[in-house]
Amino acid sequence: MLREGDFRIPSGCAISGIVHRKGRAMSGESIIRSIALMHDRSNGLGGGFAAYGIYPEFRDCFALHLFFDGQGARKDTEEYFSRYFVTEMSGPIPTRKNAFIKNAPLIWRYFVRPKPEFLSAGEKSANDFMVERVMEINGMAGGAHVFSSGKNMGAFKGVGYAEDIGDFYRLDEYRGHIWTAHGRFPTNTPGWWGGAHPFTLLDWSVVHNGEISSYDANRRFLEMYDYQCTLQTDTEVIAYIFDLLVRRHGLSVDIAAAVVAPPFWSEIDRMPPDKKEMYRAARIVYSSLLINGPFSIILGSSRGILALNDRIKLRPLTAAEKGDFLYVASEESAIREICPQPDRVWMPRGGELVWGLLAGSALADSGACPEEINGTA
Amino acid sequence: MGFGKRALYAIERDSESCTHCRICVRQCANGVYRLNPNTAKVTSDEAACVNCRRCVEFCPAGALAIRPALAETISNSFWTRQDLRAIQSQADSGGILLVGMGGGSSIPSYFDRMLLNASQVTNPSIDPLREPMELRTFLGRKPVRLELDEKGRPLGLPPQLELELPVLFSAMSFGSVSLNTVKALAAAAQSEQTCYNTGEGGLHRDLYPFGKNTICQVASGRFGVDIDYLNAGAAIEIKIGQGAKPGIGGHLPGEKVGDDVSETRMIPLGSDAISPAPHHDIYSIEDLRQLVFSLKEATVYAKPIIVKIAAVHNVAAIASGIARAGADIIAIDGCRGGTGAAPLRTREHVGIPIELALAAVDSRLRAEGIRGEVSLVAGGGIRHSADVVKAIALGADAVYIATSALIALGCRLCQKCYTGRCGWGIATQVPELVQRLDAEEGARRAANLLRAWKHEIKEMLGGMGINALESLRGNRLMLRGVGMSDNELRVLGIRAAGE
Repeated sequence: MLREGDFRIPSGCAISGIVHRKGRAMSGESIIRSIALMHDRSNGLGGGFAAYGIYPEFRDCFALHLFFDGQGARKDTEEYFSRYFVTEMSGPIPTRKNAFIKNAPLIWRYFVRPKPEFLSAGEKSANDFMVERVMEINGMAGGAHVFSSGKNMGAFKGVGYAEDIGDFYRLDEYRGHIWTAHGRFPTNTPGWWGGAHPFTLLDWSVVHNGEISSYDANRRFLEMYDYQCTLQTDTEVIAYIFDLLVRRHGLSVDIAAAVVAPPFWSEIDRMPPDKKEMYRAARIVYSSLLINGPFSIILGSSRGILALNDRIKLRPLTAAEKGDFLYVASEESAIREICPQPDRVWMPRGGELVWGLLAGSALADSGACPEEINGTA
Repeated sequence: MGFGKRALYAIERDSESCTHCRICVRQCANGVYRLNPNTAKVTSDEAACVNCRRCVEFCPAGALAIRPALAETISNSFWTRQDLRAIQSQADSGGILLVGMGGGSSIPSYFDRMLLNASQVTNPSIDPLREPMELRTFLGRKPVRLELDEKGRPLGLPPQLELELPVLFSAMSFGSVSLNTVKALAAAAQSEQTCYNTGEGGLHRDLYPFGKNTICQVASGRFGVDIDYLNAGAAIEIKIGQGAKPGIGGHLPGEKVGDDVSETRMIPLGSDAISPAPHHDIYSIEDLRQLVFSLKEATVYAKPIIVKIAAVHNVAAIASGIARAGADIIAIDGCRGGTGAAPLRTREHVGIPIELALAAVDSRLRAEGIRGEVSLVAGGGIRHSADVVKAIALGADAVYIATSALIALGCRLCQKCYTGRCGWGIATQVPELVQRLDAEEGARRAANLLRAWKHEIKEMLGGMGINALESLRGNRLMLRGVGMSDNELRVLGIRAAGE
């Protein structure tokens, strides 16, 4: 049988996310409780988390999280790293024995910087360079898989129920100001840890509930822009779409949302001229990036989270606020489990963005790309 | 020692019900029937029958039936009747065999070997009666990225053809078809917000009001081309080749060049209109680029330029060259495409099926990262809405139809267009035959066909869990193949059913 990643598996899911807009750090306990409440939305075949702000001591390094099939793959990869990177620190990611987590691969992390000679010509940004390296390693099928590559953030995922994965990775010991989580219900036998959510690229992380019926149209378009969809998962495609639109093409997240979940033409036709021109152009130019089919996603970045439904809301998504906290989850109960009395609870409409940005973040209004923010961090 | 003219069809007349009313005599465009003045009964010359069905359908008594002539020739599995007849006919005449319309050969239909997907459980299907379902289609060059000005407004896009469904009427010239046929297609295109195509017939003065729905073709004969013509349409199509006869030009016999055709094509009355096989100013791709940009200059870069080619072996590389030569849209015409007249051997043996050509072109343009530079329109053998859906899933932006459109207008596919004696008023310039096609009724029927297909496309899209056509474009995971070799699957870029 083909390994997951060699073919495509649709799945259902639970998602949850928390952000403190003023950047107050919290441990992973809350997000684990929230996702654990939605235990029945997953089937024990995949769970994972993304956490931001967890590596302040290495905030200028790219934190690479990797799965290895064995020590040979690790040595080969480290040799590859030594060609391109200066490694500040590395080691196995600490885990704790959990009765329900079995067959874990080798899980390591590396805090690296690209060697300056590769960037000196000024043709390539550090981010572009990292994207190329991640694509290269994941495309080599050499038994190594990069599942997290951002700065001061990390993904933690594997095969199991989300709450067990959280326990396994000792997330209660990390402190971050943004957390997202995912419990997976794949419709096929997995067995590969790389198939769990979140999917990440640089600082982007995506947890996703849904199946993308436009997958192959999206994938084949992205491949023209040098993304290699090695995992054959819907979610991977979402991460690359936002990377292309926001980081590489410099569009605002509003426009990116209008590309992946655009208003219907009947609505665009009725917009005031300026707005109409923008929505029309975005839809025409990026028609192949419309994400069709049911989805609710939480997109994490170093500047906050965004939650978004497909344009006819075929998957659940609820949002709530309490003070500086913003919560989003597949079910309201998963929010009330950790925040019993929110100030406001609402169900976003199809295609309507839910913003959970850190105070002072430029993501919302200028459309500046994360690269610039990272550069000044 | 000729073989004489052999009847291909047997006409059965039920003597009980026939009243000898002579309607068949008046309706037959080929002079099959005659009233015998002595017996006051109608007799038939079966050898003249082309099986256009006109008499059968107009007989008020239902007394007529036309069947294939039985055992008129001995044949075996290798030497078919058609082969024997062809040899006999050529031994008589010493000439090239001609045929009309398309699709006669027995090569496999890959459309019929591909099956579509539908959503079950993990992904809800979408009901087009309850939810919006979008088929709006834009044909034209797309920029690599959305460029914004300093105020954040989008910079202007290259010109786009905006259609409400991904189906256009393919090129059919006034001359090869009647003016009523062109009027019917133009009006249907207008009512359904798509386009029809002038072929190389020029633009009749009555058709200028349909400009927004007109694609003006420029072919090797340059018939009817002047600046008013170029500016009249929504897009300009340079015709390099045609699926029914790749590598061959066209020939409209002088007897079809009456007053209107002469004026519209800007050629002398009664003269043969010969379109050479190559354009006399295009001997390579760099020459094509000059013509593309000449036309863009002439129309101030306001209209997309289409380049139409026949699907031939090297179609992917040719398409890549055309994209780089500045075309905004490439139309690929497969070997099952129709025609008013083509040499039989060319139609049956030159060119490749549109399914394979389209898949190869789409894959190649993506591999080169230039798929966005051009839109792809696939034609040549699109019979119904499922063919449309499959073509788009393979990678087309839209499809061209012509044979299906003519069948909607009344064509019975007798394939004798080249005789100019079309019994249904379509492929003829004979006034009493032309008037058999009512342009308004034809427009209604062609528009109905488009609307019916639109409903069906929406149903199939919804079944796949898709509510915007662009999400199907190039989405080959929605296709699976049956009864194909690994190589065929590889060229199509699809998996086998069950995989």
